[in-house]
Amino acid sequence: MVRRIDRDQQRFDKIIKGKVRQQLRKYINHGEMIGRKGRETVSIPVPNIEIPHFQHGEKGSGGVGQGEGDVGEAIGRGQDDGDGKGQAGNQQGQHIREVELSLDELADMLGEALELPRIEPKGDDALTSKKDRYTSISPTGPDSLRHFKRTYKRALKRMIATNNYDPIKPSIIPTKDDERFRSWKTVSEPHTNAAVIYMMDVSGSMTDVQKEIVRTESFWIDTWLKRQYDGIERRYIVHDAVAHEVDEDTFYRIRESGGTRISSAYRAANQIIQRDFPPSLWNIYCFQFSDGDNWGEDNTECIENLKQNIIPICNLFCYGQVRSPYGSGDFIKELRKIEEEWDNLILSEIDDKEAIYGSIKTFLGTGK
Amino acid sequence: MVVTTHRPLPKELSDIQQEMEQHALDYGLDFFKTIFEVLDYEELSMFAAYGGFPVRYPHWRFGAQYDELMKGYSYGLQKIYEMVINTDPCYAYLLSANDITDQKLVIAHVYGHCDFFKNNAWFSHTNRKMLDQMANHATRMNRHIDDYGYETVEMFIDTCLSLESLIDPYSPHVRRMQKTPTKEEAKKQSADENESSGRFPAKQYMDPYINPEEILEEEANEKRKKAQELADQMKFPKERLRDVLFFLIQYAPLEDWQRDVLSIIRDEAYYFAPQGQTKIMNEGWASFWHSTIMTRHGLTDEGLINYADHHSGTMATSPNRLNPYKLGIELLKDIEERWNKGQFGPEYENCSDMFKKENWNQDLGLGREKIFEVRRIHNDITFIDTFLTPEFCHKNQMFSFAYNDSNRTYEIQSREFEQIKQQLLNSLSNHGRPVIYVQDGNYKNRGELYLEHEYLGVELKLDYAQDTLVNLQAIWKRPVNIETVVDDRPTILSYDGKKHSTNSKEKE
Repeated sequence: MVRRIDRDQQRFDKIIKGKVRQQLRKYINHGEMIGRKGRETVSIPVPNIEIPHFQHGEKGSGGVGQGEGDVGEAIGRGQDDGDGKGQAGNQQGQHIREVELSLDELADMLGEALELPRIEPKGDDALTSKKDRYTSISPTGPDSLRHFKRTYKRALKRMIATNNYDPIKPSIIPTKDDERFRSWKTVSEPHTNAAVIYMMDVSGSMTDVQKEIVRTESFWIDTWLKRQYDGIERRYIVHDAVAHEVDEDTFYRIRESGGTRISSAYRAANQIIQRDFPPSLWNIYCFQFSDGDNWGEDNTECIENLKQNIIPICNLFCYGQVRSPYGSGDFIKELRKIEEEWDNLILSEIDDKEAIYGSIKTFLGTGK
Repeated sequence: MVVTTHRPLPKELSDIQQEMEQHALDYGLDFFKTIFEVLDYEELSMFAAYGGFPVRYPHWRFGAQYDELMKGYSYGLQKIYEMVINTDPCYAYLLSANDITDQKLVIAHVYGHCDFFKNNAWFSHTNRKMLDQMANHATRMNRHIDDYGYETVEMFIDTCLSLESLIDPYSPHVRRMQKTPTKEEAKKQSADENESSGRFPAKQYMDPYINPEEILEEEANEKRKKAQELADQMKFPKERLRDVLFFLIQYAPLEDWQRDVLSIIRDEAYYFAPQGQTKIMNEGWASFWHSTIMTRHGLTDEGLINYADHHSGTMATSPNRLNPYKLGIELLKDIEERWNKGQFGPEYENCSDMFKKENWNQDLGLGREKIFEVRRIHNDITFIDTFLTPEFCHKNQMFSFAYNDSNRTYEIQSREFEQIKQQLLNSLSNHGRPVIYVQDGNYKNRGELYLEHEYLGVELKLDYAQDTLVNLQAIWKRPVNIETVVDDRPTILSYDGKKHSTNSKEKE
């Protein structure tokens, strides 16, 4: 039976999630507000929903308290201050409520807000993977897989049927014919796998602010792609003048300095693809973030590499250029020259945090 | 449908209940039959979210409250031990996880509340069959939902709740509505009006004698007065009206179902109002009895620490929030002691010898009788007004604090008795909410609604006030105005359905 309160709570849940949906833009641009909770859920702080009343403000308000203290001593802060945690008097501070959402729900909201098309996986449905499932029973097999219960039951049945069963001394002795074993079936499942390769420029000109933007944007891209594919593999590459493959944590934290050679990252990406993700089997996504301050003579090699090796095999190749106070931001100009030729090459300039929202839409709005 | 899910108390608890009930009766407490139920925390939170009632109409705020209680409990921030509602019979809910000493304390506490509900004058007009009433409200609400859709009704409930505090909490105790004149009376009145101009026909030379100037003037004055009276009658409401909800139910252009929803909200607001008016006394009274009964009868050796812990937790004070339990119990104890010793009346008041005053003891033994009288006739405001003494404030380290606009903090303002008392009474009046009247239902002769905020030194929270005006307008349909004070200047806030405006009053 559904209790009344569950119904009311569900309703409230819906309302408050609606609130998140309404303000999704804010949450997208400020990814730091979103807290990870376990593998599949996140928590988002939402200002409490209140029904407005005529009520007293702070000006001229006061109250009566008990305890030590001299006249003029401060006992609490007002509400308008800071994050609204401080409170005093007879009024309650504004509560912040944590809403728990699954990543899937979040992805759906994102899709709805940005009007993202569902991704049509490349390749055919025949793309399958084989898996062994222990779902059947067989009369032969190794002892380690013997199904004890079934074996026992068969033995019991046989002994009762042959009148060998003695209830006083119920010993059951299975014979070879009674034995049953767990066995597997090989099933093939249609599979769409996606590989995402993130590349980030960590040269001296990329400050923490830029990295924060990259981090936020990657989180949303991840969330969306995860919702679209069953399994998603991620690889991270950082580069300055040379490129390294790193793990996720390092990717977000690393701070290097030095010059910039984007071609090194492309080479590394290419290697990873060759090694792990045969393009015929995988939907490959590349996201590259940089401030666009590349070494001039490196550009030719970059474009060549992209055209020859990377863009043709990717579902999407996205380049996000983050504005940095130090970089020249020229690289995007080079890419613009070949933008026409490839419809899976997407470029986006991210000026500041507020631009993340639009940038995600540009990247994922193609439905590829 | 069965309203409660009553399960009989386990033997262990029903023994305690009977024991505590007997003690309460022995001390002269007088209560309706009290039915106890044991609930787990989820159930208790559910009841608490519904204000103690098992069946309420569906609304998200109950779910929000429930969510908050459950989270608060699971994070170990708060815990409800018990709940009791003002009905006949009284229903009280105990938390199953309470330790046995806690159960004893809580049961004794509950009997205090039950006695208070039954005997305090401010509760005398509440509906003791509220359990049924609430269930009826739910049925009515559900019917409207079936007819008009969940979201339509929910939205309207939200609108009404925004105004729910605009009631007249004293109205059940006084007759405010003037009798409206009957038709005949009105007819007769208007017949009088039509009578002549007062001047008799006369030859010119006789005129000063037949129509003396001063008499004519007097008559003219009288007429003017009557006209004014008539105009007053045209004005509506005739006198400013505190029960804004009643006014809206009467005069706002609402559909039948909306009128019904609004009156449900109003009825429930009136039911809960006395609990706000008597928080300090009610909790103080219940605490007084749990401590009396427990310390004299209920305590066992092994329960002592637990009891002390629980009791002191309940009585904890903090500098920026007054604990109604603590203030209530201390003040009641103080009254009992003063009346036992005879520390009251003109002789005591006028005694200027502090030493003599402190040791004043006439062994009157009137204390117990006095506090029973207090619990019968007082609410928080009259309670504080009558019994708060400088000695008490000093002993309990009380102070008043105020908001300092310049550095946005609350600061201790004074330890002077008069100021403390004044501040306390202010913050208690209307349960800390602004007092608002309907002044005019036909403002500017344009059918606009004009409310007046009775300014007592604290200004309205502006953004909330504007949001509330939006809801008010949704009900009244025509523009709405409220006269208040903003930045120390009399101001009228208005909302016409499209935009807000703020005008200082002098301009009008």
